[in-house]
Parts: sequence; C-alpha cells; structure tokens
Amino acid sequence: MALEPSDVMRAAHLARLAMNDVDAAGYVDDLGRILAMVDQLQEVDTHGVAPLAHPLDSTQRLRADEVTERDQRDHFQRVAPAVENGLYLVPRVVE
Amino acid sequence: MHDQTLTQLARALADGEVSSRELTQTLLGRIERLDGRLNSFISITQEQALAAADAADALRAKGQAGPLTGLPLALKDIFCTNGVKTSCGSKMLDNFIAPYDACVVEKLKAAGTVSLGKTNMDEFAMGSSNENSHYGPVKNPWDLDAVPGGSSGGSAAAVAAGLVPAAMGTDTGGSIRQPAAFCGITGLKPTYGRVSRYGIIAYASSLDQAGPMARTAEDCALLLGAIAGHDLRDSTSVARGVPDYRAELGESLSGLKIGLPREYFGDGLAPEVEQAVREAIKVYESLGASIHEVSLPHTHYAIPAYYVIAPAEASSNLSRFDGVRFGHRCDAPSDLIDLYKRSRDEGFGSEVKRRILIGTHTLSEGFFDAYYTQAQKVRRLIRQDFLDAFEEVDVLMGPASPTPAFDLGANKDPVSMYLQDIYTIAVNLAGIPGISVPAGFVGSRPVGLQILGPHFAESQLLNVAHQFQQATDWHQRRPALAEESA
Repeated sequence: MALEPSDVMRAAHLARLAMNDVDAAGYVDDLGRILAMVDQLQEVDTHGVAPLAHPLDSTQRLRADEVTERDQRDHFQRVAPAVENGLYLVPRVVE
Repeated sequence: MHDQTLTQLARALADGEVSSRELTQTLLGRIERLDGRLNSFISITQEQALAAADAADALRAKGQAGPLTGLPLALKDIFCTNGVKTSCGSKMLDNFIAPYDACVVEKLKAAGTVSLGKTNMDEFAMGSSNENSHYGPVKNPWDLDAVPGGSSGGSAAAVAAGLVPAAMGTDTGGSIRQPAAFCGITGLKPTYGRVSRYGIIAYASSLDQAGPMARTAEDCALLLGAIAGHDLRDSTSVARGVPDYRAELGESLSGLKIGLPREYFGDGLAPEVEQAVREAIKVYESLGASIHEVSLPHTHYAIPAYYVIAPAEASSNLSRFDGVRFGHRCDAPSDLIDLYKRSRDEGFGSEVKRRILIGTHTLSEGFFDAYYTQAQKVRRLIRQDFLDAFEEVDVLMGPASPTPAFDLGANKDPVSMYLQDIYTIAVNLAGIPGISVPAGFVGSRPVGLQILGPHFAESQLLNVAHQFQQATDWHQRRPALAEESA
C-alpha cells in the first residue's frame, strides 16, 4: 500500500500534529519504507487465528463502583501550563 | 566501592564498613567527574539522595534495616518520581515535575533504596541507540564512539561506568536487554504483568514492562523481589505471589534443557557475536545442560507485527500530551486545534512523530483490519512458537543483538535501526521474561547472551544466568573509564 503525501497530512491532522507540505514530503519516504516492511505481515496465513490483544489472555478486572481517589486538583494543576480558579485555560472554543 | 555489586554493598552496609551517606557521596562524586563524557543522567537528585541516605543510616542504627536499605541506584527518566523532573527524554516533558511516585518508585523507596537521579533514554522509550533523546545521546563507557543501546541507554551506561551499582529500566521491545548487552551488564525484562506499570509513562501498554539492570543476576534477583507484585492501579498487573528470587540461585543446572532457536543464528548475525554466544553455550554444557535445536518459525514477522502494534498503542497513549494539563504548550495559540497541533509538533522529536503517524495511519478507517487485526493475529502465532518451544526445552538461548554496539550515527535509516531488535522484540509480543548477561567481547565492545523462559519463570532464568556468572568472569570486566582515578 503506497503512501501519498495526502495520507501523511491526513494522519497528522488526526494525530493533531502541525504539518506543512514540506514536512509531509519528508515523512512520505520514511513512513513508506516502514509500511513496506510491515506489509510482510500479509504473507502470513492467519485464517482461523484469533487476534491477541494481551500476552496473558487475562480479562479486565472489575471493582466496586466506589470512590477510591481523593481530590488532588490543586496539586495536579501545579504542572498545568495555564489554570485559573481550578480550571484549565484554553483558547476560546465557543463564540 | 564503585565496582562492587549491590549484594556486596549490602553486606558492607550491614557490617558497618560504610554508611549509606558515604556511599552516596562517593557515587555522586563519580557522576560529577565522569558523566560529562557519558551523558547518562538527565537529572541528578543530590539533595533527595542525601536525605534518603541519612534516613537509611538512621533506620540501620535503630536495627530496622532491610536487605536493600541504603543501597544507591538510579531510575530511568520514564518513572514518575514525586517532586522530581520526569522528562521521558522529551522536550514535551522538560518542564514536568511529577506529582506522584510510580509503583516501582514507591516500592524502592519503601525498601530504603537511595535514588541518585534520573537516567537518559530515547524519547518516550522509542529507540535502540539512545540517540533519540532531547537531552543528547549517551556514550558507551566501553567505547565513547559507540552507542550504549536503547532505550534504557542511560541506565546501562551508568551501571557499566560504576556511577551506580544498579538502575531501573523499561523494556517494550528490548530496551533493557539490548543496552545491557551493549554495555556489558545484566538486565532482566520480567514477564508482562509481573511489575506494575502504574506511573511509568506509557509507550505501548500491552508490551511495556519494567525491570532491573545491574552487574549480576543475583543483584537483579534482589531488585526484582522488591519491585514485583500485584498492584490494583495497573489493570494488567498479575495477582500472583512474589517468590524469593534469590532462593533458587543455588540450583544445579544438571539436566537443564537449553533450546537454540535456529532462526536466532541465521543471516545478519555477526560471526564474532555468534562465536561468543556459542562459547557461552559450551559453558552451559560443562555445567550439565543439554543443547537442543528448536524453531520459532514466525520470528521473521516479529518486527513487522511490533511496528504495527507498538505505534498503534503509542499513538493512543501519546494523545494525552495536549498542551492543556501538563507538558509543553506552544506560544500564542490562535484556537484549540492550533494549540494541540503546535504544542505537539514542538514537543515531540522526529522518531516519536514517525511512530505516532504510523500508528494513526494503520488504525484509521480502511487500514485497521489489514494492519492492526492482522498484526494481532500474527502476535498470537509468535506467542504460540514460544509456548511450543517450552514444551520441549526449559529455556532458550541466543544473542541479545545481532551485532555489538554500533557507532553513534551509524543507523540513519529508521528501518535498519528497527531490524537491530530482531532477537528481543518477539519476547515482548509473547510476554515472556528474558535476561541478557555479559558473554564476551568483539574488540572492546561487549556481547550479551540472551536467555528466555516461560511466563513467570524468572526464578529459573535468574538461576541459569547466575550459574553462568559463577563459572565465568565476563560480568566482572570493567571499562577503562570506570577505573580512571580522579
């Protein structure tokens, strides 16, 4: 599956990475070679093989729906780039 | 002092030959003197280290010291450490002071160990040479022109240079075992789920696992006992008792069945590395083990499967770096999308972006089944190869890496760098434990023997590695740089 600059631009947008046409052209070559390497997977006969998501086949544990964390908002917000009155500040979204 | 093992230092502390403060000061002095040439540390936490050392000495004075009390070590900068910068080797987290401790850090603190600082690494653990760090490459103490391996390259170099007797690493595709091999130390990747991932900055969550890097298997056993165990805060942590990993270290290897995977001795393996590994296997024969050829037929597909699964998980895990809650934020964003996009573009290095883009592409509509689902099916076949092999033999052995440490700057092409991990990556896909032990040299550069075992067979693996270290002295060799007097 050959990769086009438009594929790179699409992935960059989905991944929320700023990318201009020059950057995208630079990535096409590297990503194309990685995907060509990855394409070897298509040679493997996986008919009837179930996908493996987790090496130990374990299932997600459930716990009682109880509060286990205490409020540490101020502590955690100390590492935030911009906060005010306990809120994270971002550019205006709704006019 | 600096060339002793953790086990020897524990004895010296217990016998009152040295205090934890003296030991800590000696090693901090070595870091200051030698690390300018290695760049193995990102942060040195002198103040906290001396406070922890004093607390350890006080505990010992009261007769309350445990086996690890007062022992110095270092932490890969991927472990969140309360009140300490935790950068993960990235500009994105250059300003991040972790507000809590990782489970591994909690346990090591509770055991009384003294962390001297945070070690350099490939950005977000993505790399095999430590050249992808925002803080610059680490040099190999055996040869300053060579890479130390990656991604736990700082941890490996610091131990090899005698800056610390042990360090914590993480291993997603070989990031403990390959740098351990390149730097001539012992590094263990435990079974997936054995050590809690809580507070370890996530790269690929179904593959990531933390483990010890030290001078001997015995020291790795001591440390694994301290960090292993069930943790409710990691949903994949396994509820299973933690054995005394040192208890089995005296077992004879008579009757041990060692499998040599045919695929691990094929094209691409440097002849000198093969020779060193074959010599090591002869040592095992002399210790009473029998050698059997086995096959892991899907070996060739491990790297392709990994480079779908790991980037897919990374693209999801790294979406948390949004410039809003922590980490780098761009200047003067025009709107929210601009804030996300420029913060991430500025904060991530090129290899991290490459993997995010690959992961995003392969998970996107129209490509998901061909890439991701197929890779997960191949992953099952790869795991089955190991399960089948362990029906026939007790452990597998082979090289940790096809070559010794390569030169800095030698692997410019990402795919050729990825192919270096051919012998380590399948182990993470299967979730089994693996250890690399020093087994010789090619010129001045060390060679690692990799030993693999079934899920949760760490006790046996550690003993198999330990017996080799009772019969050989490769693990006692030190680079000239480590022996330089001040």
